[in-house]
Amino acid sequence: MSTIREGAAQVPAEKRPGVWTRTRRGRTALLYLLPSFILFGVFVFYPMFRTIYLSFFLTDQRGDAAVFVGLDNYRYLLESAAFLNSAKATILFVLYTVPAGVVIALFLALLANEKLKGIGFFRTVYSSTMGVSVAAASVVWLFMFHPSIGMFNRFLALFDIGQIQWLLDPDWALFSVAISTIWMNTGFSFLILLGGLQNIDEHLYESAKIDGAGYFYQLRRITLPMLSPTLFFIITISLINAFQSFGQIDILTKGGPAQSTNLIVYSIYREAFVNYQFGTASAQAVFLFLCILVVTILQFKFGERKVHYQ
Amino acid sequence: MKKVELIDVSKSYDRQKDVISNINVTIEPGEFFVLVGPSGCGKSTMLRMIAGLEEITGGTLKIGEKTANRLPPSKRDLSMVFQNYALYPHLTVEENITFGLDVKKVPKADRKKRALDTAEMLGLTDYLKRKPRELSGGQRQRVALARAIVSEAPICLMDEPLSNLDAKLRAHMRSEIRRIQKRLGITMIYVTHDQVEAMTMGDRIMILHSGKIQQIGSPIEIYNHPANPFVATFIGSPPMNLAAADVRKEASLLVLANGTEIVMPKGSLDEIAEERVTLGIRPEFLMPPVTGEGLPVFDAEVTNVEVLGHETVFSFVAGEGEWTAKWNGQWQIQPGDRIPIAVDTGSACLFSLEDGRLIRKAADRQRTVTKEGAAL
Repeated sequence: MSTIREGAAQVPAEKRPGVWTRTRRGRTALLYLLPSFILFGVFVFYPMFRTIYLSFFLTDQRGDAAVFVGLDNYRYLLESAAFLNSAKATILFVLYTVPAGVVIALFLALLANEKLKGIGFFRTVYSSTMGVSVAAASVVWLFMFHPSIGMFNRFLALFDIGQIQWLLDPDWALFSVAISTIWMNTGFSFLILLGGLQNIDEHLYESAKIDGAGYFYQLRRITLPMLSPTLFFIITISLINAFQSFGQIDILTKGGPAQSTNLIVYSIYREAFVNYQFGTASAQAVFLFLCILVVTILQFKFGERKVHYQ
Repeated sequence: MKKVELIDVSKSYDRQKDVISNINVTIEPGEFFVLVGPSGCGKSTMLRMIAGLEEITGGTLKIGEKTANRLPPSKRDLSMVFQNYALYPHLTVEENITFGLDVKKVPKADRKKRALDTAEMLGLTDYLKRKPRELSGGQRQRVALARAIVSEAPICLMDEPLSNLDAKLRAHMRSEIRRIQKRLGITMIYVTHDQVEAMTMGDRIMILHSGKIQQIGSPIEIYNHPANPFVATFIGSPPMNLAAADVRKEASLLVLANGTEIVMPKGSLDEIAEERVTLGIRPEFLMPPVTGEGLPVFDAEVTNVEVLGHETVFSFVAGEGEWTAKWNGQWQIQPGDRIPIAVDTGSACLFSLEDGRLIRKAADRQRTVTKEGAAL
C-alpha cells in the first residue's frame, strides 16, 4: 500500500487545461454541423420566420412589408368564405386520399411480398409511380379524365352509363383529383411498406404455421403489429403530403370548378403570386403549418400508442 | 408419443442434384435423437422437411403410422424451437407461450393454466408480463422452449437451440432440455453442429455429411467405432489422429509416411486385405511411456504444446501431417523436443484408404465401477 501512495505523490498534479483546449470537442462538432445549419437556415428557417413576420403586415407589390396590421390578416381569413371553403376542401381531400392510399399500398405490398416467380416484375410496376413526376402524371390523368376522349368515360359508355364531367363538375372534381393523387402516392407508400414487410422475420410465420395459424390470423396477429412502425410513418408522411398537394391541382383543375378543388396550398399560391397579397398568403401558410403541426402531434400522441417498436 | 420414420427421403431444389439423399431412419417414440453435422450438411433442411416447412422431393415420411409427406405443418402433431427462437417481439412472454393455444381455440381458463404450469417448470413465472426484448438470451431461450412444451405435442423439433448462448448457460440448458424431454417423454429431434451437445444429449446420434448419413448409433458406439474417417474426426475433441500407413503383415507393423513404425498386436493385421490403410487413433491413446507400460513406443518431434492444468495437449509430426496427443497432468515439453510416445494399439481403428470403410474396430473401452471399488 505504502509504495503505491509514494508513487502517486510523485505524479505532478495536472494543470487544468484552458478554455480553448476544453472546448475543442464542441468546436469540432460545430464545424461538422455548420453545413446543415447554413442550408437549413437559408432554405427553411429564414423563409419560415419571414413568413410569420409577413403575416402581420399588408404588403406592397414587391412583397415587402408595408403596413403593420397585427392579427388582422388572420381575422380576415377566418371570416372569409373562400378560405373556409379551401379549408373544408383540404380536409375532404386528406380524408379521401390518406386512408385509401395507405390501404391500397398495403394491399399491393402484401401481394408483392409473396414468394412467386417473376414477383420482381410486379414489385417494379407497383412502385413505378414513384418515378413519375407529378406534372407528367397529371397530364396523363388529364387525358384519362377528358369528357369525350378520356378512358374513363369510354369505359362507362361500354355499359351505357352517361358521361361524367370528371374535372368540370364541382361535385366530382375533388374526388377525381384525389384518385390521381392516390395513384401518384401509391408507389412510395408501397415501397416503404414492402420494405417493412420484408424486415419481418420469416421464422415468426413458420412458427405460426406449425401452430396452425391461417393467413388472416397471421396477418392480424403478426404482420400488422410488426408493421405498425412502418404504417405509422407512412400515415404521417401521407397526411403531410396530402395537406401540401399542389402540382396536380395546378395542372388538372387550377382550383376550379367553383373553387371546389382550391386546396390551401393552391390558395396560398393564388393569393401571393396572382393577387399579390403576400400578407394574407403568409397568414394562410402559417395557418396550414399550425394545422399540420397539430395533426402530427395528435397522431404521435394517440397513434403511437398502438405502435410496437422492436 | 409417436415415432418418426424416414424412408428413402431425399431433397433437391433444382430437381437434378440432391442436397439430401437416401435418408433411412426410424426415430423411436420417446427417443432423444440428435442430428449432427458440419454447416451446410443438410441437417436443418432435414428437420424442416419433418416439420413440413420444406417440401419432401423423394421418399416417404411417416409420423406415427401415417404418411405425412403432404400434411401441413399444423397437422403433424409437433412443436419446433428455432435457432433464433422466433419469439413474437410485440407480445408478452405469456402471450408468446399461449399463441399456439389461441390458434387452436383452447378454452381460456385451460390456456392460462397450461401457460402458468409451463412457465413454472422453466422458471419464467416472474417474467410473464415482459416483452422478449426485456429478457436475457437465456430467458428468451426458455420462452421458446416453453412455447414448444405448452403445445403438448408428442414430437418436438429443435434447430440448434443453444447456439446463441454462452458456454456456461449452454451446458446448463443441455441438461435441462434433456431432463424435460425425459420427464415428458417427448420424441425429440435435435439438430446441432456441436459434437459435445450430440454426445451428451442424444440417445442416438445421426451424423450427416453433404446430405448423406455417415453413421447412426449411440454416442459411445460412434465414439469408439466410427464408421469412417469423417465421423472419426468429427466426433471427439481434439479429433482422432489419422494417417496413411503401409501394412507389413509378417512383422505386424504399420509404417507411416515418415518412416515411423508402429507395432500392432500380433495377428491383428492378419485379416486386412489392403496394403495401405488409414490408421486412426484418438489423442488419449497416445500416452506417456510411463503410463502406457508394455505398449509399443515411437519417437516424434513436438511442434506445439498447450498446458491446460489438468492435462497437456501437444502436437507432433507423424506421417505426412501432425497428430495430437492428450496426456493427463502438466508436462514440461518444449516445441522441437523429440520425445517417446506410447501407443495403445488395441484402441487403433483402421480404415480402408479407398472408400473410408472401417476395417478394424478398436477394442471396447467402457468400464464399470465395481462394488468393491466403490467401498474402497
